[in-house]
Amino acid sequence: MPVEIVKERYSSKVGTITLGATKEQGGTRTHTVTVGGDSTLPFLHFEGEVPNPPVVAIEICDRVPEWNPSLLEHYRDVVGDPAAWAQKAVEYGADLIFLRLSSADPELGDSSPEKCADTVKKVLGAVGVPLIVVGSGVDDKDNIVLPAVAEAAAGENLLMGIAEQDNYKTLTAACMVHKHNIIALSPIDINICKQLNILINEMNMPLDRIVIDPSVGALGYGIEYTYSIMERIRLGALQGDRMLAMPVICGIGYEAWRAKEANAPVSDFPGWGDQKDRSILWEAVTASGFIQAGGHIIIMRHPEAVKLVKNNIKQLMAK
Amino acid sequence: MGLTGLDIYKQLPKKNCGECGPPTCLAFAMALASGKAALESCPYVSDAAKENLGAASAPPIRLVKIGTAPNEVAIGDETVIFRHDKTFFHETGVAILVGSDLDDAALDAKIAKINDLKFERVGLKYTVNLVAIKQVGGGADEYAAFVKKVADKTSLALILMTDSADAMGKAAEAVAARKPLLYGATVENLDAMLALAKKHTVPLTIHGKDLDETAALAEKASAAGVKDVILDAGQRETAKVLVALTQCRRLAIKKKFRPLGFPTIAVTSEEDPLAEIVQASVYVAKYASIVVIKTDVKEQVLPLLTLRQNVYTDPQKPIQVEAKLNAVGAATTDSPVYVTTNFSLTYYTVEGEVSASKIPAWILSVGTDGTSVLTAWAAGKFTSESIAAAVKSSGVEEKVGHRNIIIPGYVAVLSGKLGELTGWKVLVGPREAAGIPAFAKQRFSA
Ligand code: SF4
Repeated sequence: MPVEIVKERYSSKVGTITLGATKEQGGTRTHTVTVGGDSTLPFLHFEGEVPNPPVVAIEICDRVPEWNPSLLEHYRDVVGDPAAWAQKAVEYGADLIFLRLSSADPELGDSSPEKCADTVKKVLGAVGVPLIVVGSGVDDKDNIVLPAVAEAAAGENLLMGIAEQDNYKTLTAACMVHKHNIIALSPIDINICKQLNILINEMNMPLDRIVIDPSVGALGYGIEYTYSIMERIRLGALQGDRMLAMPVICGIGYEAWRAKEANAPVSDFPGWGDQKDRSILWEAVTASGFIQAGGHIIIMRHPEAVKLVKNNIKQLMAK
Repeated sequence: MGLTGLDIYKQLPKKNCGECGPPTCLAFAMALASGKAALESCPYVSDAAKENLGAASAPPIRLVKIGTAPNEVAIGDETVIFRHDKTFFHETGVAILVGSDLDDAALDAKIAKINDLKFERVGLKYTVNLVAIKQVGGGADEYAAFVKKVADKTSLALILMTDSADAMGKAAEAVAARKPLLYGATVENLDAMLALAKKHTVPLTIHGKDLDETAALAEKASAAGVKDVILDAGQRETAKVLVALTQCRRLAIKKKFRPLGFPTIAVTSEEDPLAEIVQASVYVAKYASIVVIKTDVKEQVLPLLTLRQNVYTDPQKPIQVEAKLNAVGAATTDSPVYVTTNFSLTYYTVEGEVSASKIPAWILSVGTDGTSVLTAWAAGKFTSESIAAAVKSSGVEEKVGHRNIIIPGYVAVLSGKLGELTGWKVLVGPREAAGIPAFAKQRFSA
């Protein structure tokens, strides 16, 4: 009995964004990475296009982070040297490098804008993949660091963050002038998400250079809120809402590795089993959930989790 | 096609007696139309109306039960494609696969591990639900004997997995009282399997090679009077399973396509246990009513069950913790006191950070109907008065010798009034829980 399958008709699609620039394009990347362009829900190849697979950015840091030893041991030889760390991340399969300039934080080293810009240059020199660069999270400091980074990396077509509703102007201006792309972060709220995209766009930043960060939670810690917000963002994009039609970035690694379940040794919670696989899967299942909800750029940490997620993406892209 | 609430209302007795649950016939009709009620709930409905309404008022996806109380697994009866449209109602049943070629010692060990797949986190309890017993070699009698052994060792619900009608017949006979799921009927064995499902009144999996064949077989099952059906549309590759599960859900809900109006089952194909869990996570997120996995290792199963709990949380009903004073670590009369709300997510985020600070403390969760700090504050549920009342009723005054209380940075405005009402010194903590370890280290480390 031939079943007539249900194909939804959507009027629009998610925009695409290309990160990085090759020599011909004015940068130094060996290749660029394009995400977005979906004209259906995640991986429903029968009713629309999924032209670009979700990509994995591996997170690195410009200081020795307080990560769980079981995670940090995979980067033992390279922590403290962002360029070497970036190379290691590429070996582990990173499509992009996500560089967090934590050392700019006044409490964590207070690195100067020049030093941060220099770090970014070194990472660019060490790897050929495109770069995502975010500040330390201290707004006042980031507002002097990120413009310096944007200038030093002019032509590289970075993705830079983080713009928020109460602090987006400086970064937007820097990205405009030096032709980078911007991460717009909203607190699990679809209206603020739209509003912030409008505000950034009003400064003449083209919509196709904005990436949405909807604020993700970890598995077990509110993943479902963002999951539903992301499903609604995707549906909005497909129904023609231009202010929701940007690719979505999900900071999985940071969140998953904050969870007790990723860190607690089995001696603390005998009922939860061994910490090693538990932590890897905490990160990988968090990522898998958000990939199902429509994530395009997945920021991760553990190389084993990265491998699992890339395998999952490959399977989902098979038609 | 679906009838409207008014169409249905016209056929009801209009006694408005309320015995069906909703107070009036009209309310009941509306509930029927949206698949939220069953016609049988009205004792007075006429036979003619039953005839007219029976098919139309059936829920788009049938509720099917496997096993017996207290471990009965109820699946299906879903009404939406997206959880934000309402909620997903019946959590994916997680089944662990056991091959019938295990010897006694290996079986004992395996079942002990499966029975131990019980977890507690953030105040919630998670368990796996079923044991899927697959025939691997051996004859019908051996399989039946093996199934009996498993049934004696676990109280979880059972899935009998064999294509052999002979083996299924003997195994079903042996454990019929446990109301197992038979898996399953294929083109080759359909009639024999239908007969077994009817004989023992147990649910049956319809296993076609694709959606078309599955729908055709399911229709035959309905025609033969087998109502409790579970669908396996035959796919094993991740992307294809995703499509099949999505189509079953869409066809049932959007088209009221009866042949596929049943719960679904997905079986993993990945051999590496970690890859298997990631694969299964796709099926849990996207509509599988049952997922069958091979791994029985705690640290691998917990993440999957956690995802299930998240996806099936009702978006309209936040999970709450009890409003009370809680000790984190070996808290003493000198330990700091943090205040937060009783929204489970908020509470456990704070608790996680307080415990990460390694400084034992008390957390006072204030009853805010399960809303977060800012939402509760905006709604007038997290106020100087409500916190002061919680300080009084929680017994914290006897538990600590000092009189200092830490409130979330977002509600710093409450400080003055709260101080007046309680006589306690109010410290303004960080806005986000993530700031607690640094805050605690600075303030309270010796
Ligand atoms: S039980 Fe029947 S008659 Fe009574 S209110 Fe419900 S629908 Fe109406």
